Amino acid sequence: MSNRHLTTAVAKPTALTHPESLKNPAGPSAFAKDPANAALTKADKVKLYTQMARIRHFEQRCIRTYQQGKIGGFLHLYVGQEAVAVGTLSVLGKNDHLITGYRDHGHALMVGMDMNSCMAELQGKATGCSKGKGGSMHYFAPDKNYWGGHGIVGGQAPLGTGIAYALKQKGLKGCCLVYMGDGAVNQGAVHEAYNLAALWDLPVIFIIENNGYSMGTSQERSTAHPGSLAKRAEGYGMDWDLVNGHDLYEVRAKTAIAVKRAHEKNRPTVLEIFTYRYFGHSMADPDKTYRDKEEIKGYREEKDPIKLWEKELLNEGVLTDALVASINEAAMEEANKAADFADASPYPTVESITQDIYWEEDNRGKDTTSRGTIIFE
Amino acid sequence: MPIISYREAIRAAMREEMKRDENVVIMGEEVAQFNGAYKVTEGLLKEFGPKRVIDTPISEAGFIGLGVGASMLGIRPVMELMFWSFSYVAFDQIVNNAGNIRYMSGGLINCPIVIRGPANGGTNVGATHSHTPEAMLAAHPGIKVVCPATPYDAKGLLKAAIRDNDPVYVMENTILYNDKGEVPDEDYIVPIGVADVKRVGTDLTIVAHGRAVITSLKAAEILEAEHGVSVEVVDLRSIRPLDEETILASVRKTHRALLVEENKPFCGVDAQVAYIIQSKAFDELDAPIGRVSSIDAPQIYSKPLEDVQIPSPARVVEAALKVLA
Ligand SMILES: Cc1ncc(C[n+]2csc(CCOP(=O)(O)OP(=O)(O)O)c2C)c(N)n1
Ligand SMILES: [Mg+2]
Repeated sequence: MSNRHLTTAVAKPTALTHPESLKNPAGPSAFAKDPANAALTKADKVKLYTQMARIRHFEQRCIRTYQQGKIGGFLHLYVGQEAVAVGTLSVLGKNDHLITGYRDHGHALMVGMDMNSCMAELQGKATGCSKGKGGSMHYFAPDKNYWGGHGIVGGQAPLGTGIAYALKQKGLKGCCLVYMGDGAVNQGAVHEAYNLAALWDLPVIFIIENNGYSMGTSQERSTAHPGSLAKRAEGYGMDWDLVNGHDLYEVRAKTAIAVKRAHEKNRPTVLEIFTYRYFGHSMADPDKTYRDKEEIKGYREEKDPIKLWEKELLNEGVLTDALVASINEAAMEEANKAADFADASPYPTVESITQDIYWEEDNRGKDTTSRGTIIFE
Repeated sequence: MPIISYREAIRAAMREEMKRDENVVIMGEEVAQFNGAYKVTEGLLKEFGPKRVIDTPISEAGFIGLGVGASMLGIRPVMELMFWSFSYVAFDQIVNNAGNIRYMSGGLINCPIVIRGPANGGTNVGATHSHTPEAMLAAHPGIKVVCPATPYDAKGLLKAAIRDNDPVYVMENTILYNDKGEVPDEDYIVPIGVADVKRVGTDLTIVAHGRAVITSLKAAEILEAEHGVSVEVVDLRSIRPLDEETILASVRKTHRALLVEENKPFCGVDAQVAYIIQSKAFDELDAPIGRVSSIDAPQIYSKPLEDVQIPSPARVVEAALKVLA
């Protein structure tokens, strides 16, 4: 099994040391006693396990629904990356926000979007979280500080930076987590966002979910990266760190430091979190050519973030085999029910196609500022 | 004549032009090792090697701009956009740079670049991935835009585009990639700016481009079979330059026109076509010009609704009957 994370020498991050645990992902976490984790109760830890299991089962149900022909278009799965969304989002408070790309289901479930509306959205149903208008790549839940779900690679980076600016402008002590892939770091918009965040002292945390590939292109083939992708932060005077995305304790610990930096100093951070996707880029990718099966198998068997967390908690005596079984059963049941709900839901109406385009059109009768034809035939 | 797919026709055009001219290079995301996100460039890396078939990072503004720059020195880049929707992050390079440099240099410089890729809705991928920017791009003098509807036209237009000394933007359609048709083995081009009468008729002219041509041809069959109407279908093939004469000649014959496109209506290609018809053949018209476009909203994700949003044969038939009433 190739271990791409260790093939190049990694320079030392400015603020923190290189994660030793990356070299020994299966051992007990060196971050279990970290301040961010010390206060976790047994119930908290079980909940984190439950969150990851729910994401895994939801997506496995999505695969089946896709294969039944009920989901079309693109479906980008998060399977294998669960500890990134769950770990990072679990340290946030009420004024903290997030925004991500098209691989957005894990983050959605973690912030509390319900499986029913997420599944219905995939099937293009009126009961979906975006009323069937957004689809898999475009989930949104502003009431949960979740600003999408964005289909254009890197397009979310300036938006997230703007959310951070707005928080600061309003005097709120909060930050915005901006997720992107290892391929997205090569979009110009990302670099413009980096500069703005650093120049204006904005409370934003750029999270590179480095799963090693952008579609069929390995990170090494897409990116000039002396040492690491996060190191580019240095060019903008930003703090950065490398994170083992297979270790939930570590993800939490290092995210917490970045969040604190954002809250207390309004300073941005770039975190590069090493992770892995088990399935193709999307369901449309046969995944036969650009990586070998052994590599996937290696990650699945030795570094699966859910299994590692399970092991960690079994060792701590927090989880029992019986509890593991019941949590997984419940998650599967919840996912199946969501699929039933989506199946039974109606499609949007034809009239709805031209709704939700302009605030003004949807709020006729209120104070409006414009006149004239706005939707054309 | 060999029967090949639209996808194979585009590939054949690139192969032949790469053999003919060593300055032709292909660049884009996943075009080389992965053989193309839609397998259009399959086998080209193997045949021409990594110096001429090049995988790019996800940096459209960077690599498209690089292609524009290289074209100024005589390289003939054929750049693939995985979707034309992604051209929006490279808009400055595509419009400001490629489209203006010749003019601003007083004719000293030209940009023989081709940018190609799918530009269509109808595939259930939502608003960010379903743009059809041909009208918006053709609005800029300095730029040429073509929209092939058949394998024959796809090959001939792309070959012409690669030989062209100006920027030519080729809008393909993922739904058409598997469509098959007769395509000669011999070298040929379809000149840019020549429309094609895809079906001859006497009662009504339908003007369309891209997949709307296929939709219109289906509608024409229904109109003939169920309503006894003889429909002529004019395929624009090229948006800019635009073959005004072929449009006008058909309207002078049928005296009725229906314009069909998959764009949203506002400032669509057909807004320009309608203006041309009324200004140059007003007296020939027996009825107001009809129009079918996509329903005016960002592309909806939900598949059954998206099928309603995009022009269908049924909608074209309904609109045709109104023009004929
Ligand atoms: C501007 C733009 N270019 C290309 C694409 C097509 N595309 C979607 S995802 C993707 C790969 C992104 O890889 P990465 O950033 O590593 O994220 P991952 O998919 O691995 O999560 C590409 C090329 C796009 N959506 N937007
Ligand atoms: Mg990636």
